[in-house]
Order: sequence, then structure tokens, then C-alpha cells
Amino acid sequence: MKSLVAKVAAAAFVLFARAITAVRAIWPEEGLPARPCVYFANHSSHGDFVLVWAVLPPRLRHRTRPVAGAEYWLKSHTNAFIGRDVFNAVLIERDREKRTEDPIALMVSAIDVGSSLILFPEGTRNQTEERLLPFKSGIFHLVTERPEVDLVPVWINNLNRVMPKGEIVPIPLICTVTFGNALRIDPGEEKQAFLERMRAALIALAPKPAGSGE
Amino acid sequence: MTAAGSDLLTLVLGIFGVLIAASAVGYMLEQRLTADGPNAAVENLNARIRAWWAMVILIGLAFIAGRIGVLLLFAFCSFAALREFVTLIYTRRADHWALASAFFLVLPIQYYLLWAEEYGIFSIFIPVYAFLLMPIISVLRGDTERFLLRIAEVQWALMICVFCVSHVPALLTLDIPGYEGRNVLLIAFLVIVVQLSDVLQYVWGKLFGRTRIAPKLSPSKTVEGFVGGVASATLIGAALWWITPFTPLQAGLLSFIITLMGFLGGLVMSAIKRDRGVKDWGNLIDGHGGLIDRLDSVVFSAPIFFHIVRYWWSLS
Repeated sequence: MKSLVAKVAAAAFVLFARAITAVRAIWPEEGLPARPCVYFANHSSHGDFVLVWAVLPPRLRHRTRPVAGAEYWLKSHTNAFIGRDVFNAVLIERDREKRTEDPIALMVSAIDVGSSLILFPEGTRNQTEERLLPFKSGIFHLVTERPEVDLVPVWINNLNRVMPKGEIVPIPLICTVTFGNALRIDPGEEKQAFLERMRAALIALAPKPAGSGE
Repeated sequence: MTAAGSDLLTLVLGIFGVLIAASAVGYMLEQRLTADGPNAAVENLNARIRAWWAMVILIGLAFIAGRIGVLLLFAFCSFAALREFVTLIYTRRADHWALASAFFLVLPIQYYLLWAEEYGIFSIFIPVYAFLLMPIISVLRGDTERFLLRIAEVQWALMICVFCVSHVPALLTLDIPGYEGRNVLLIAFLVIVVQLSDVLQYVWGKLFGRTRIAPKLSPSKTVEGFVGGVASATLIGAALWWITPFTPLQAGLLSFIITLMGFLGGLVMSAIKRDRGVKDWGNLIDGHGGLIDRLDSVVFSAPIFFHIVRYWWSLS
């Protein structure tokens, strides 16, 4: 019963996201990897992973799990239902002092059983004028454990304008989700170089600001 | 069957005939020109023809559903157009409530007023009330950065996407002696003439286009396409006099005015796209681009057509 409600709720979220944003995916030339992979995206809104989820082909969507902060998604029963049951999120504890489980181990075990992940390497929602915050090192530790995993950069455009932080009514605006070609960590690549390379690959997908005349 | 019903049926059969012919031509072109690989122009043509089928069927269903169907269809068009427009304008956090009320208050109220046939307030609601209230909502947040630009763009979006578009279904509210119960045909007349003019300008331009008419605004529009398209759409409009309250001459004259407004409206909307650095308004309609790309000529002709008919023919 609970899983049926969760399925209906998931479909409703996707429908609502599509109605508001008319979201359109732009696929990479090489197509999406067929094997489990990590989609890493810019983060500016709570709706980010819904949008990525909504545009993925159903076959891939069903095995794709967002990685999200346990503090927020276990805060209330509703949040927990949405996070855990509807979107089947991999919930990680961000607070290093208090956490009981290693976030990297949780992500690795999800990949090992055939799930794909949606990851936001900025770690938190970007409220600044910067296009992208510096990446946290989680994604590096993940691929150090599983270097054969494909990393797909995903740029989510415009969703921060649809629903800025603190607003409750979304404004209908057209959003696009651009997927890049899959990347991997190079053998022996240093942490900082790797994080910079991933960040550059993600920024490269961002469209030029509207009205820039280019 | 009512007179309006049988005229509508004749019209729909005629349009289906045209579409079947267009699909056949598209199929032949595909067979002949794509032997050595895909041809982008033919693919786009066929996508456009398929989209036309969908649009004609959708409008047909709305007509069958009656007044509520027509109102809902154009309310949706306004919504989708406004969404495309606001996507391209400069907005700030401080505009959030102004934009939310544009979508969720102004738009539904405008169409409700049509439903309630409150013509007086319908015609001034956006130019007066929204015009004054939108900047008030924005200013309350105290952000003055590019303020004039921001409030002007929101007002423009509302005028184009909601006010102008709502003048198409507003034709249903006109009270023309001897034309009772047939107003839906006026919508058909307007939409057919404007859209045919666009299509014929495209066809004449592709066949005989040499001289660009507005190279800076719209590189694909030509003098030959413009003259041929407007002239042939005007003639077809005159030949459609039997679905209107007009004489053939009047129908031709009105067709000429609305095709001209449609053409000029297309130029204005192209200039906005150039300004914003985009090729299309969106991707809603396969092969055509966004909804506004298809609607731009209707937007500029509908209010003028409405007011001419209202002034000269209508009692209300």
C-alpha cells in the first residue's frame, strides 16, 4: 500500500515538474551510459533531482537514486516519506561528528547493487552569484573506491528562478537539463586536479546567460 | 445540424484536404530528396506538417466542446506563451510575487471575465489594473536594480501573451445581428487567414524568394514571400466570406489588414528574439519552435480584428 502511494506520488511530482517547467533534456552525443553511473549536477533548488529524474528514460529512472542530506530528509514524516519512499534517496549524514554511517560506503554499496546516483558535489544549494561553488571531495573518494564508474555531468538550467530559496509558489519557466559525455578519473589523478576537471566539465554545459547577445 | 455546425464541418473537411495534400507532398519530397542521406529542410517541413495536424485536431476538439473548450484552449496558449516569454526576460528575486500573480491571478481572471462576458472590465483589466498593481508588488521588496526594465518587461509579457491572445476567444462575445450562434466561425476565419498567410509566405519565399525584406530581423523573410503570401491569403480570406458576417469585399479587406498585422507582428517578435540572442521562443511545437513562434502573427492581428468587427458589426 505504501509503495503504491509512493509510486503515485512520484508520478505526480514528475507531472507537476513538467507542467511548471516544460523541462527538456539535451542528450550527449555519445548517449547515456548503459551501466550504473553517477550523474553529478549543479544544485540551486530542492527540485533539482526531481527534474533530472523526470527527464531520464523510465528504464534508467527506476534504478536512479538521488544522494541527499539525511538531516533535511528525515526531519519530518512527510520529508522522510518523500525522500525515502518516493525518491528512494541514498540518505547521508553530513555532520562528521555525529554520523553513524560512512557516506562513501553507502554510495558504493548502492552502485554495487546496480543503482545509479544523482549527486550534487557542491554539497549545498548555491545561493550565490557564482555559477558553481567549489566541489566537495565526496565524489573523489567515491571514484577512488570504484574508478570504473562513469561520471555524467548534468547542468540544470533556470530552476533556481522557478523557485528561489524561501519562496513557496513556483513560477512557471522553461527549464533545460543538459547531459554531458561520461567521464572517468584518470589513473593517479590528484584530488584537486580531478575536482577541478569535473567542475570545468559541468560549467562547460551551462548555456550562456539569456540576453548576452552571443 | 445547425448552420454553424455544417459550415464548420465543410471548413474542417477542406482543411483536412489541404493537410492530406501537404502530407503527400512532404512524403514525395522525402522519397526524392533523402535518397542520399537525411535532408534537414525536408525533415523540418514534415515535422511542421505533422504539428499542423495536431494543432488542427486540437482546435477542432475545442470548437466541438463549445465556449468552455475554446476558452480553455486559449487560456492554455496564454499560459504556455507567458512561460516562454518570462523565461527570456530579466527578473530578480524581488519580482517573484509579481510574476506568480501574473500567472496565477491575472491570467485566470482575464479568462474568467471572458467567461462571465464582463466586456467592460475585460478590456481594461490588464492595461489598467495589472499595469498599476504589478510594479506595486515588485516595489514592496525595495530592490531598485534595473527596476524600470523589470516592470516594463513583465507588463509587456502580460499584454502580448494574455491580453492580446485573449482577444481571439473574445470574438465569441460579439453580438452580430443575423450571425447568432456562429461566432466560433469568426475565430476560425481569423486563425485560418493569419496562419495561411504565414504558411503561404513561407511557400512563396521558398519557391521564388530572392530579395530579403528585413535581413537584420528575419533573414528567411523575402519580398516575394511577403507579397505572394499576403496577396494569396487575402484572396482566400475573401473566398471564405460565407463563414463570416462580411461581404466578399469586406472579408478580403479584413484579411488584408490581419495578414499585414500578422507579418509586422512577426517582425516585432523576431526583433525581441534577436535582442535576447535566441533562435526560437521554445520547443513546444516540433518543427516550429515555441508556441509564440506560431502565435506571434495571431497576437498582433487578433485585437485589431476584434475591435474592427466590434465597432462596425457588433451591437454589444
